[in-house]
Amino acid sequence: MIDLTTDPVLTAKPESRVWKKFRSHRSALLGGILVAFFVLIAIAAPVLPIPDPFATDWGAVRQAPSWAHWMGTDEIGRDVMSRMIWGAQASLLAGVVSVGIAVAFGVPLGLVAGYFGGWTDAVISRCTEALLAAPFLILAIALAAFLGPSLTNAMIAIGISATPIFIRLTRGQVISVKSEDYVDSARAIGLPTRQILSRYILPNVLPPILVQATLTIATAIIAEASLSFLGLGQQPPEPSWGSMLNTAKNFLNQAPWMALWPGISIFLVVLGFNLLGDGLRDALDPREH
Amino acid sequence: MLAFFLRRVLIALPTIILISVFVFALQKLLPGDPLTVLAGEERDPEVLEFLREKYRLNDPIIVQYFTWAGNAVQGDLGISLRTNQPVTELMAQKLPVTIQLAVMSMLFALLIGIPAGILSAVKKGTVTDYVANIVALSGLSIPNFWLGIMLILLVSVKWQLLPASGYVPPGEDLWQSIRTMLMPAFVLGTALAATLMRHTRSAMLGVLSADYVRTARAKGLPERTVVLKHSFRNALTPIVTLTALLFGELVAGAVLTEQIFTIPGFGKLVVDAVFNRDYAVVQGIVLVTAVGFIVMNLIADMLYFVLNPRLRGA
Repeated sequence: MIDLTTDPVLTAKPESRVWKKFRSHRSALLGGILVAFFVLIAIAAPVLPIPDPFATDWGAVRQAPSWAHWMGTDEIGRDVMSRMIWGAQASLLAGVVSVGIAVAFGVPLGLVAGYFGGWTDAVISRCTEALLAAPFLILAIALAAFLGPSLTNAMIAIGISATPIFIRLTRGQVISVKSEDYVDSARAIGLPTRQILSRYILPNVLPPILVQATLTIATAIIAEASLSFLGLGQQPPEPSWGSMLNTAKNFLNQAPWMALWPGISIFLVVLGFNLLGDGLRDALDPREH
Repeated sequence: MLAFFLRRVLIALPTIILISVFVFALQKLLPGDPLTVLAGEERDPEVLEFLREKYRLNDPIIVQYFTWAGNAVQGDLGISLRTNQPVTELMAQKLPVTIQLAVMSMLFALLIGIPAGILSAVKKGTVTDYVANIVALSGLSIPNFWLGIMLILLVSVKWQLLPASGYVPPGEDLWQSIRTMLMPAFVLGTALAATLMRHTRSAMLGVLSADYVRTARAKGLPERTVVLKHSFRNALTPIVTLTALLFGELVAGAVLTEQIFTIPGFGKLVVDAVFNRDYAVVQGIVLVTAVGFIVMNLIADMLYFVLNPRLRGA
């Protein structure tokens, strides 16, 4: 007979159970390591022993990878590895800030739409649908174009384009949670709506939002790289992976390494967030033990 | 059935109106005067005033919106500030190019994504499943413009197998047209294949554990028949819906793919318009793609209806 009281999964505290499931996913762990690596090099960029990312060297233009320049140099002799490491800052910043914007606007709007229903919901939902109808990147390109090309504006554009995803997700979650008994009892003891929303509903709808946010960071990083590639994001000479690729495509014949590293970086960091998001989804899903 | 469709269309209408408001507001809310580009270096006030009158920028905003929306309904999306061509005409010129790219990409996506999804669902938990999942996740994580650059480097520059850029209309030289479009379509198709594979897998997993599948197995039907006839046909409904919804990704992906392979399509048009501050063209494209997405949604709903006999009585 199975003794349930000693079952490690059932007796563990909820947080540690989540942690255990998460850790047991090797792929999620790999995602975490990838993300941690890029966060680390982005933060450590100023103190790492690497050349100045802006320093041009006309004597070392488009040099293949060597001991002096591990990833080679670009069309005006700047160190590709250094620019790649500094470029991590722009990418991660864009990912986190734009998703931050989307969450900051999307979650409250979704909470309100889901909880109050009626006209409020109808108005918010129709606007969400209209925004969702425009393809994500087209909307971001149009917004970035109208706002003017810069990293900040690219982040705003991506943030706005991602907002409807969070409105819709939060709204759906709230609707499924708001008829639970604990919400009814909170209402019955006369708690103000603000407190019901922030203390009883928000914590219970947070896990899927967290998963979505992680996955959206991946999308946002690709979107930022795409905008920078098109010339609508981070402006040169500031280093960013997207604009490095944009320059690199003109020198494919002479300097293929210029195109190699920024692409691999985008791929790895996006893969990291995707793996992490998938792992979080499995770990936080209470249905799947 | 007709009532169902009519209701769907009616629900879509307010969304389309809202989209048009957003698209219109886009240019009104944000800084930058398009006319200063047109008026040239001197920015002569008289010229500016003349242009304002010409493009009706002096009317109240509400009037401007209704003029714009009224024209849009009649297929008049304004005139490109850059080329002086009607926006609709510009788009009509570029559309066939992008449609060819889209169709070929979709073929790639379906040919790779669906078999891979079925296979990984049937072999759940095995190495095949694991590998398929890793490949799919990688497909989702690779920026497709980078994949394009790398393919050009290998296939065109190193091996010189396929042209690196350009476009040949299929009417001119069908074989050359397909050859030129092969790489871009592959690049765009793989990204979609990844999404399609993941959805096919989960739809198939849901169906494979159903009672009727167990019955089919119990009857001693060959596994092939069980998987393809009894399971896949039932998993098809969500897959078809999803395929229609991939339209947005397809258009957005086309922007970058066309940019890399210098294909003169819709995506190239929007990027060029953005750099020329050609507002009418940008607006037109956002409007048309958004409406296109809603139409695809409607088609998905209809297909869902047609494919799912259980709904027909309702």
